[in-house]
Amino acid sequence: MVCNVCGQNEATIHLTEILNNQMVEIHLCETCAEQKGTEFKAHFDFNKLLASLGEFGEEFKAEQVSKIVCKQCGMSYEEFGRTGRLGCSNCYQAFEKLLMPLIKRVQRDVRHQGKAPQKAPADTKQTLELRDLQERLKKSIQSETFEEAAKIRDRIQELESKLKKESKKPKS
Amino acid sequence: MSQLNPMNHLLSSTCEWLRGTGPESDIVISSRIRLARNLNGYLFSEKLDSSDAEHLIDEVEGAVKINPLLKDSFFFEYKSLKDQDRQFLLERHLISREHAAEKGEKALVVTKNEVVSIMILEEDHLRSQVFQSGLNLVEAWRLMDQIDTTLETKLVYSFHSNLGYLTACPTNVGTGLRASCMLHLPGLTMTKQVSKVLQALSKLNLAVRGFFGEGTQASGNFFQFSNQMTLGQQESDIVDSLERVMRQVVEHEKEARNYLLEKRRAKLEDQIWRAVGTLKSARLMSSAEALGFLSLMRLGIDLGFVQNLSKANLNALFLFTQPAHLQKLSGEELNSSERDQKRAELLRTRLKGVELA
Repeated sequence: MVCNVCGQNEATIHLTEILNNQMVEIHLCETCAEQKGTEFKAHFDFNKLLASLGEFGEEFKAEQVSKIVCKQCGMSYEEFGRTGRLGCSNCYQAFEKLLMPLIKRVQRDVRHQGKAPQKAPADTKQTLELRDLQERLKKSIQSETFEEAAKIRDRIQELESKLKKESKKPKS
Repeated sequence: MSQLNPMNHLLSSTCEWLRGTGPESDIVISSRIRLARNLNGYLFSEKLDSSDAEHLIDEVEGAVKINPLLKDSFFFEYKSLKDQDRQFLLERHLISREHAAEKGEKALVVTKNEVVSIMILEEDHLRSQVFQSGLNLVEAWRLMDQIDTTLETKLVYSFHSNLGYLTACPTNVGTGLRASCMLHLPGLTMTKQVSKVLQALSKLNLAVRGFFGEGTQASGNFFQFSNQMTLGQQESDIVDSLERVMRQVVEHEKEARNYLLEKRRAKLEDQIWRAVGTLKSARLMSSAEALGFLSLMRLGIDLGFVQNLSKANLNALFLFTQPAHLQKLSGEELNSSERDQKRAELLRTRLKGVELA
């Protein structure tokens, strides 16, 4: 089998990917794999993903899109589209309007559930606990363990009123 | 502490993921949990300059050194590693292809038993992984969670209340967790069901990859399955669902093997016996070819056709026949055709005592 990239050497690296429910195989020779290796994976996945999104809407013309730059690290959206990697944590804010549709497509939800750093602020932790409880409530209703569901519901109410009180408190 | 050079220490020990033990280890080679984390106060790896990179490596090294769960580990700075050493670590699945290839400031932490490795300055600042032999994602996650939590007492991670742990690529954001299992599925391949299984799994949003990046059917019948989504689901739920799906795949593979034994035994025996014959007598052997034959030999052991070879010893051959391992074992640099010769020689020597039942 000949390498898909250079079309000359014998392919020794074979990749199988599932994209949009289709199995795609790529065959590379060692030299091309090495050259591509670094960005191949992200690149390959990403362009396809970005292309398949195509829901930037009228307000985001291609030119404008590529001009958006993150002030903290200097990365442009065009650069991100090429490498599939953001430059810093602030990029999530800088490119928010463009990234959120993408995240919506590739992820289960746009709200994190699960672990948070011990050092995270208390209200962040409570918000996450609330999300976790709501998820557990859904599950216990589905599995018809209503006693458990009632307990969870009480805990949710308790947390919600606590969060409400805190948000009313003037910030010191 | 042993006085061996760290690379030689690794060369003479067994990778966790090739121990050949643990639940369902006939079919599931290994389970792996990977976490992506970035440190607050630094740009992501892509934009980090080298002095900040050095600083970050020092900070992580400091946190690792005092971590009780990582006290028995090696710390490698890539500046001091040869190309061949990086290739060697890659073959042992301790680092990614990307981490091995890119230049610049990078480092690696590996526990001596090779259960835990932490790539520093990969796509994300930290890519930590825990391996377990066999189907054991739950234990891998338990350990990973502990390590992550203890590291976090010293390091401040980049975290957002809605998006969770922030990563360089939005496909990892949230939990930053990738759970994966490496399965050996010769039965499903031989009964031509494997593509059906792959199609079904992709509908469950699981990604499929190959072994050593060489995942086609021709080279080894190994498949690596992992979750694609990282945001919007608890870590333990991600782990549980993958493990449950893997159990189903294992059942299908068992059925396929039984079918082959009952209905196509002659053909199956022929394939395995030919593989063993070739491995025991070939004079030149490419790594792709070796992978294919070793896969059949592994099936032979599982089915009781092959005697006098333990699973761990067979597994070691998957590693020893890889280019960097082969060169380290023979203590010299070898070009591709010299390697084919050495590989065949190594296989003949190591498989001398193997017999067919």
